[in-house]
Amino acid sequence: MVYVEAPGVAACPACVATPIATNRAAKLASEGSRELHLSLPTVHCAACIQSIEGGLLARDDIEDARVNLTRKRATVRVPAGMSDEQVVAAISALGYEATPLDAATLSAGESDRAARDLAMRLGVAGFAMMNVMLLSVAVWSGAADATRQLFHWLSALIALPTIVFSARPFYTSAWRVLRVGRLNMDVPITLAILLAAGISVMETAYHGEDAYFDAALSLTFFLLAGRYLDQKMRSVARSAATELAAMETPTALRLTEHGSETVPIGTIAVGDLLLVQPGARMPVDGVVEDGTSDVDRSFLTGEADPATIGTSDQVRAGEVNLTGALKVRATAVGEQTVLHALADLVSVAEQAKSRYNSLADRAAKIYAPLVHILAFAAFVFWLWATAGDVRYALNIAVAVLIITCPCALGLAVPAVSTVASGKLFKAGILVKHATALERLGEIDEVVFDKTGTLTKGIPQIVTQLTPADLAIAATLAEASGHPRSKAIVSAAFASRADVRDIHEIAGMGVEGILEGRKVRLGRASWISGGDSSTVLDLGDRHIALEFVDSLRHGAEDLIATLKSKGVPVTLLSGDTEANVRRMADTLGIDNWQAGILPHEKADVLQAKADAGKRVLMVGDGLNDVGALALAHVSIAPASALEATRVAADMVLVKSDLSQIAVAMETAQKARRRIIENFSVAAIYNTIAVPLALIGLASPLSAAIAMSTSSIIVSLNALRLR
Amino acid sequence: MEVLALLIPVSLLLGGVGLAAFFWTMRNRQYDDPDGDAQRILRTDFDDQPKQ
Repeated sequence: MVYVEAPGVAACPACVATPIATNRAAKLASEGSRELHLSLPTVHCAACIQSIEGGLLARDDIEDARVNLTRKRATVRVPAGMSDEQVVAAISALGYEATPLDAATLSAGESDRAARDLAMRLGVAGFAMMNVMLLSVAVWSGAADATRQLFHWLSALIALPTIVFSARPFYTSAWRVLRVGRLNMDVPITLAILLAAGISVMETAYHGEDAYFDAALSLTFFLLAGRYLDQKMRSVARSAATELAAMETPTALRLTEHGSETVPIGTIAVGDLLLVQPGARMPVDGVVEDGTSDVDRSFLTGEADPATIGTSDQVRAGEVNLTGALKVRATAVGEQTVLHALADLVSVAEQAKSRYNSLADRAAKIYAPLVHILAFAAFVFWLWATAGDVRYALNIAVAVLIITCPCALGLAVPAVSTVASGKLFKAGILVKHATALERLGEIDEVVFDKTGTLTKGIPQIVTQLTPADLAIAATLAEASGHPRSKAIVSAAFASRADVRDIHEIAGMGVEGILEGRKVRLGRASWISGGDSSTVLDLGDRHIALEFVDSLRHGAEDLIATLKSKGVPVTLLSGDTEANVRRMADTLGIDNWQAGILPHEKADVLQAKADAGKRVLMVGDGLNDVGALALAHVSIAPASALEATRVAADMVLVKSDLSQIAVAMETAQKARRRIIENFSVAAIYNTIAVPLALIGLASPLSAAIAMSTSSIIVSLNALRLR
Repeated sequence: MEVLALLIPVSLLLGGVGLAAFFWTMRNRQYDDPDGDAQRILRTDFDDQPKQ
C-alpha cells in the first residue's frame, strides 16, 4: 500500500499522521447503544476526518463515527455504559479538542428540515423551469399550429404540478398576511404566479399564441432561490449558536439523606440543599449553609476581583464558585432567580428588534401596493381601450404583474446577506438575528463592557518576583483554584519549591511549610491586615503582589481602528474606578464610567438611543444584558453566559476582538450592495414596465428581463467576497 | 416531425430520471456536509480495494 501524504498546508498535529487502515464494514448496532454528538472546533481537512473516524472505528468499543466538516461536529454511536468522557478522551488522544453536546438542546434548535424542504421545492422548480424553457424556445423560434399547441400542453403538464408544489411557501405566507388584512411581498408574487399559470392555460385552450408557463416557473425558481439562501444562512448561524448552548449541560449536585445525586437544574425545588464544587456555577439563588469560598461575580457585576463569602451569605445563580466547596440552600429557582429576571429583558428587546424596519420591508411596503395598482390600472385601461376585450386586457395585466414581480428584489437582500454572513462566519462571527447585519452597517457609536469583553477576565501578575520567590508562590498557588493562583502558576512555568504540608484555607489563602518556617499566600487581611490585595508571606518578609486583568487579543487593534474611523468609543464597567481607569488609559479610551450598576448601563444605552444614536454594544456579563437588549445592535463573545448570548444579535466565536472591526466594515459594504441591488431592480422596472403597459411585452422578453436582472443582482452580491 | 413522437417521451423520461435522482440524494441527506464531501475524496484509505 502506498500512502500519499496529506498536503503541506496541514496545520493540526494529526493532519500528517499516518492514516489508519479502517475497517468500515458496518459494525452492528448493539443493544442499548446511543448516539453522541460532539463539537470538534479544530477539524478542517481530509486528514482530520480520516484520523478521527479511523482512530475511533479502530477501537472495539465504538460502533460508528461520522465527522461533519461543515458543522465541525461528529456523531458517534457508542454502546451502553460508555460515558461521554471516554469518547472525548479517545478523540483528544488523537490530537483533537472535543466537547460533548446536549442532544436535547441541539434537536430543539434544528432548522435543517425547513432548509431541506425549500431545497426540494427549489430543485423541482429548477428542473421544471429548464424543461419548459426548452419547449418555449421551440415556440419562440417559430413553432406554429399543432406543434405549438402540443408544446403548450406539455408545458402545462410540467408547470401546473410544479407550481402547486414548489410555490407553496409563497401561498401560505401570502394567505397568512391577507387574512389579517395586510400586504407583503408574497401577495404580488402569489398573484403573479397563479394568474400567469391561469391565463396560460386559458390561452392554450383558446389556441392563443403566448403562454407564460416558463415565466411562472422562473419566477418561482428565482424567488425560491432567495428564500432558500435566507433560510440556509440563518440555519447555519442558529445551529452554531445552539451548539454553544448545548455545550452547557445544566445539572447540579443535590444533597439528600443518602448522599449526593446529580440532577437537572429544572428539578431543583426551593429548600433543596445543593453542593457546589469549586469551579462550578451556582445553579440557583440561595444562602450558604456551610463552607467558605471566593466567588467570581464578574458576570453579574463586572467586578474583576472575586468576593469572599461564608455561612449565611447570599449567592445568586450564575456566580462561579472558586476555592472551597459550598453547601447552598436554594431560595429561588428557575424563573424567580435574578438570572431569569434578566432574561425577561431579552424578550422585551426581541420585540423592539422585530419592529426594526429593514430595507427589504421598506421596499416591500412601497412595492406591493404599487404593483397591484399598476396591474389593475392596465387591466381597466385596456378593457376600455379595446371596448370590453377581457382576454386581451387580462393578458396585459398579467404581463405587468410578471414583469414587475420582484425577482431581483427577492434576491437583492438574501444574496447579499448570505455572502456577508458567510464571510463573517469564516471570520468567527455568528449573525443570529435576521436584520443584525443591516443594523450593524448603520452604527455611529460603540460601547464596551470591560471585564470578560475587552479583557479576558483572567488576571496576570505584574509584580516582579525573584525566581526563587516565584517558585515558592507557584508551589503554594497550585493548591488553589483562585484565578490569581492560576496566574502565578502560569507565570512560574515548571519551577517549584520544596514546600510541604500545603493546605488551602477557603476564602483566605494557602499555607505550607518551607524549610521549617511557615509560608503563606493569600488575602492581605489574613496575612498582614489591610486592603484586599494579595500578599506572599515568606516568614521573614511580606511581598504585596499586583495583578492586572490581561487584554483580550485584538482589543488594542479594534480600539485604534474605531478611533481612526472617528467612531466614538465608551467604556462602561461595574468594576472599581482604579481598574477601569488603568484599562481606559492603556487602550486610549477617553470616555469611561466605573462602578456602574446593571440598570445604569441600560439607562446610558437608553439615553443614547433617545438622542438618536445608533449604538453597538459589546458585552458578556449578565449585567450587560439590559444594555445589549437596548442597543441598536449587540455582540457578545462566545465565553459569555447563555442568557447574554441570547440577548446579543451576534456572537463572536473567536477570541480575537479585532474581528468586530471587520464585521462592521463588511456590514457597511453589504448595506451598500443591497441598495445597489434595489437600484438595479428599480432601473429594470422603469424600462420594462412601460413596455408591458402598452402591450409590447412578450413571454420571450419577460424571460430575458427576469433572468438578466436576477443574475446581475447575484453577481453584485458576490462582489462582497 | 414524426420524430417528435419519440423524442418528447424520451426527454420527459430522462428528465424524470434526473428528478428521481435528485429526490434520492435529498432523502439520503447528501447535501448535509458539502465541505466534508469535498475533502473526503482526498482520503487515502479505500484506495487499494473497493469499500467492503
